[in-house]
Amino acid sequence: MLDKKGIAKRIAQELRHNWYVNLGIGIPTLIANYIPEGIDVEFQSENGILGMGPFPFEGEEDADMINAGKQTITPMPGASIFDSATSFAMIRGQHIQLTVLGAMEVADNGDIANWKIPGRMVKGMGGAMDLVASADNIIVAMMHTNKRGESKLLRQCTLPLTGVKCVKKVVTNLAVLDITPQGFKLIERAPGVSVEEIKNATEGRLIVEGDIPEMKID
Amino acid sequence: MNKLVANVQEAVQDIESGMTLMLGGFGLCGIPENCIAALVEKGIKDLTCISNNAGVDDFGLGLLLQKKQIKKMISSYVGENDEFERQMLSGELEVDLIPQGSLAARCQAGGSGIPAFFTPAGYGTEVAFGKEVRYFNGKPHILEHALTADFAIVKAWKGDRYGNLLFKGTARNFNPLMAMAGKITIAEVEELVEPGELDPNTIHTPGIFVQRIFQGEKYEKRIEQRTTRERLMVND
Repeated sequence: MLDKKGIAKRIAQELRHNWYVNLGIGIPTLIANYIPEGIDVEFQSENGILGMGPFPFEGEEDADMINAGKQTITPMPGASIFDSATSFAMIRGQHIQLTVLGAMEVADNGDIANWKIPGRMVKGMGGAMDLVASADNIIVAMMHTNKRGESKLLRQCTLPLTGVKCVKKVVTNLAVLDITPQGFKLIERAPGVSVEEIKNATEGRLIVEGDIPEMKID
Repeated sequence: MNKLVANVQEAVQDIESGMTLMLGGFGLCGIPENCIAALVEKGIKDLTCISNNAGVDDFGLGLLLQKKQIKKMISSYVGENDEFERQMLSGELEVDLIPQGSLAARCQAGGSGIPAFFTPAGYGTEVAFGKEVRYFNGKPHILEHALTADFAIVKAWKGDRYGNLLFKGTARNFNPLMAMAGKITIAEVEELVEPGELDPNTIHTPGIFVQRIFQGEKYEKRIEQRTTRERLMVND
């Protein structure tokens, strides 16, 4: 079983050289800590920076330099700043090679719900709807089950949708799964996790073909 | 050209209850702190506020929410403000949550003479309710309309009496777009400079979009999440 860092480490393996990448708040932001050796990627933050870098050293925080999660950051060499319309032009115009975000629910047809629990939590969708509607390559980072042990990988989302038929890949604390026309396809198991465990935790259609390898994470 | 006003009170003097306002900023970054404080002091009510976020409970737009001066919010994310969530869930506050990219584009459109446009964002979700759908390149898009406001209130780093504005870092965000879309745009700046001091190549918002400008003061520039990394012990 993986923790949040483990999920981030596994997704970081999907990064390719010279990609532009948007990381959502939560688990996805951790991915920036695990960029594979020898590859260069540029992180875009929806609030208007390309070339987002690490958190500043203590005492060097700049209130005018934050990321989408309102955390203080620093710019990398080669970074650029722009307004929100330009930012979403990059996103909607499909200039970004990889989008990673969290989810409350993912359906086996690729629908995603991650912005509202009616009557309880209505924080808003932020940039999520723009991101999922436009991106070609969307990976969801999430826990496989919720706090009550219920599956978050469903036949159909029960919560209000953020986007339809858009998720390509899901990485959870238990598994890596691709979304196919037949549903979730199991690609890898988390270290120490059995196929049986994954089947029990997945409510949506799950395809298991052949031997399923374990994730290789250090 | 002289768009200078003496102070914030003069800048906001004709903003009245019931009006629609646009306010720049992302979180607390780039918010027009002086104008928000002045609006709280004016005590006007029933405002419709278009702003990406709602501040935090005790700063930014949260100050107007606390005093129940806002009737309706049009935003994309309000998660940092518990009072906001409470007022919304109880029905005291009307809320239109719209995708951030659509909000940005709708403001820009409002100032650009583009009355409406199609976007894929929100298709298949509750954001699309009641909106026309059209297919382009085999993909569904929904019709969104431009947004304008009685007053757009923006915050910039530097500006001059022509109304030209330069923003700093991620404090830029929605400010240039909202500056275009206000019937009257008020700009508060950290540093008022002489015409000619700003290199024309570096101006982010040409003065044509700005009607009033004043030198702001005592910016708190609150940081919501002060995140840092550790220095290594050896030469860094």
